[in-house]
Amino acid sequence: MSTQTAAAARAATEPRRTGAARPAAQQTRPAIGFLAPFIVLYLLFIIGPALYGLVMSFFDTSLVKPGLAGFAGFRNYAEALRSSDFWSSLWHTMWFTILTTPPLIILAFVFALLADRVRRGRWFFRLAFFAPFILPSAVVALIWMWMYTPLLGILHVSLDKIGITAPNWLGDPNWAMVSLAITTVWWTLGFNFVLYLAGLQEIPRDLYEAAAIDGAGPWQQIRTITIPMLGRTTTLVAVLQVIASLKVFDQMYIMTSGGPNFATRSILEYVYDESFTNYRVGYASAVSMLFFLVVLAVSFVWFSIVRRQEKEV
Amino acid sequence: MASISRRNLLRGSVAAAGLAGLAACSSPLVSGLTASREVAGSLDFWNLFGGGDGVRMQQMLDAYQRAHPEVAFSAVTLAWGNPYYTKVSLATLGEKPPDVAVSHLTRMKNLVNAGLLQELRPDDLARHGLTSDKFNRRAWETGLVNGKIYALPMDTHPFVMFYNTEVCKKAGLLDADGNLKPLTSPEAFTAAMQQAKQATGAFGGVVAFTSETATPWRIFQSLYAQLGGEMLADEGRQVVIDDAKAGQVLTFLQSLTRGGAFPANADYQGSIAIFANGQAGFFFQGEWEISTFQTAKLPFSMAPFPNVFGGARYACQADSHTLVLPRQASEDPARLDRSLGFVRSLLDQSKTWTEGGHVPAWLPFQQSAEYRAMTPQSNYASAADAAVYDPDGWYSGSGSNFEIISGSVVGAVLAGQLSPAAAIDQLHTQLGNLATTASPI
Repeated sequence: MSTQTAAAARAATEPRRTGAARPAAQQTRPAIGFLAPFIVLYLLFIIGPALYGLVMSFFDTSLVKPGLAGFAGFRNYAEALRSSDFWSSLWHTMWFTILTTPPLIILAFVFALLADRVRRGRWFFRLAFFAPFILPSAVVALIWMWMYTPLLGILHVSLDKIGITAPNWLGDPNWAMVSLAITTVWWTLGFNFVLYLAGLQEIPRDLYEAAAIDGAGPWQQIRTITIPMLGRTTTLVAVLQVIASLKVFDQMYIMTSGGPNFATRSILEYVYDESFTNYRVGYASAVSMLFFLVVLAVSFVWFSIVRRQEKEV
Repeated sequence: MASISRRNLLRGSVAAAGLAGLAACSSPLVSGLTASREVAGSLDFWNLFGGGDGVRMQQMLDAYQRAHPEVAFSAVTLAWGNPYYTKVSLATLGEKPPDVAVSHLTRMKNLVNAGLLQELRPDDLARHGLTSDKFNRRAWETGLVNGKIYALPMDTHPFVMFYNTEVCKKAGLLDADGNLKPLTSPEAFTAAMQQAKQATGAFGGVVAFTSETATPWRIFQSLYAQLGGEMLADEGRQVVIDDAKAGQVLTFLQSLTRGGAFPANADYQGSIAIFANGQAGFFFQGEWEISTFQTAKLPFSMAPFPNVFGGARYACQADSHTLVLPRQASEDPARLDRSLGFVRSLLDQSKTWTEGGHVPAWLPFQQSAEYRAMTPQSNYASAADAAVYDPDGWYSGSGSNFEIISGSVVGAVLAGQLSPAAAIDQLHTQLGNLATTASPI
């Protein structure tokens, strides 16, 4: 209370600097007040644990022992960087991102374009594409595990009917990640789809009319109007998608538990295994911190590439 | 009622938030308001049994529930291996553990060292007739931690040999009484496999090792322990592999797939299919696969894993399912008695459990005529006394990193991808990495 009154008194006695500064200063305090619920939760559940994780990463902290335990310095980091498990699981996450990001952007765009052109029953297509996104990961995993079942699953049976031998979707180390990527594309396509659909509706219709009068065909219209006008949406979709793909955990944990032979263990599952199964919270925190740096770097590079392209367009 | 002013709404929200904060600070208040488990006389049981074991466990739980309708009983079955132990650990750390849980004997010690299990005092156990003289000695003694009791063994599940009686008869491997001739040397073992191979026209025996780590580890450990070999010492802080002995076992195992006696590529389900289709005379696996072949109406019998290298010292890899009581936030004598009564009820139903192949650890049943009359289950009862459990270590135990590393290496030798010498090097390196890592427990 006292600080508030003191601040108010100071604000009152302070001379006006510029006309604009005063309203801004007046608005800051209520703004902070309105933001407080968010800021408190953010500090409590994001910043706090992150700092705690950073501290733990320098200790041999155990899940089942009280306190931070012995000081490890950079030993946990050194161990992670030397560990082949760390690098292979990091690569699995990257590989998953590479497999899912392009289809999730391109297919979402194509489907949004098609759905936008539908005259009657557009709501149905919007719903159809968005519906999988609202399913919980466990439900999605279950549906696809049934479909991927060797010999009995619908994919095997249907491919068999047209004379193609289906791979062992989740059992073959070379196919397991591809199968997970297919599942993920089906599951999360709806989110990008909705973003694109919203973007499409923002484009003024008269641009198309003008182009049509000038004799531009549908393909030319897409290439020269739709794609450039959706530049900002694409940036947003691309960045959100890369980050979402890097954070993959649920599908793998449920559908393959990282197998076969660790071929689909993502970096987050490695963190989970080390911290909760092996009780090595300190080491797992170090791995999380390294992964955080990777995500930061990837997002930054990716964001700057996409932004530059957007400007060029 | 009609109009809730903003001010009142805010006041109400603040009051609710304050109440929640208050509640979070004092857990008795929370349990008084929300959780009913403390007052209702409830019993939560977690287990990891699927397949035939799962069906039999359900029968036993149903019987318990019929006898104790007053107990609010709930059972949860979770996926086997690391996921199960992770959940048991986290639930206990979060002070919401089940009252009774199943644990492999080889995983139980790490749970004890992590402070996640209750010590079971002999007087409490005696009230329910659970005394040490009523349990299989080997399983009981291996389960003690510093002389204290934390786990009550239900069974021993050794690595055993299944054999197709028709194939063995055709191959001349049965004596006049229909018993399998002893396979007590590498030569006798290999010869028998070759004879069986001729009889089936496909393979002599089969063991799973493709995309499978537990089974190759089990066959290796059985043979290696017969030579008296050890893997780890000093609670897992040292790798003490005897290169000569390990080399002997790995060379022998590789000779079986190289010589065509065993298929050079067999995953878990595939190995079952090969044996069930009569394409192999012998099948090496834990005894729990008994139901699979009974269902398939295969003419088969079972025997302890052969004493190939041991001579006078017989050994085979095994583990035990035990019942443990995770640490509770508060002690409650009534709950303890309810839990131990439940444990006793499961042990009294050892017959049902034994049908699934396991050797009962509960001696009142194991020493009964009823058990001796159960075949082929009683054929390998002796294996329980020669059981070799996985070595101690924070990374060891059933389905652990230790088994995964060792089993992958042995599997690669069986597949012909690694030479025995290279395999031993790899074991030293990979297990050495774990051994030098500071134990988190």
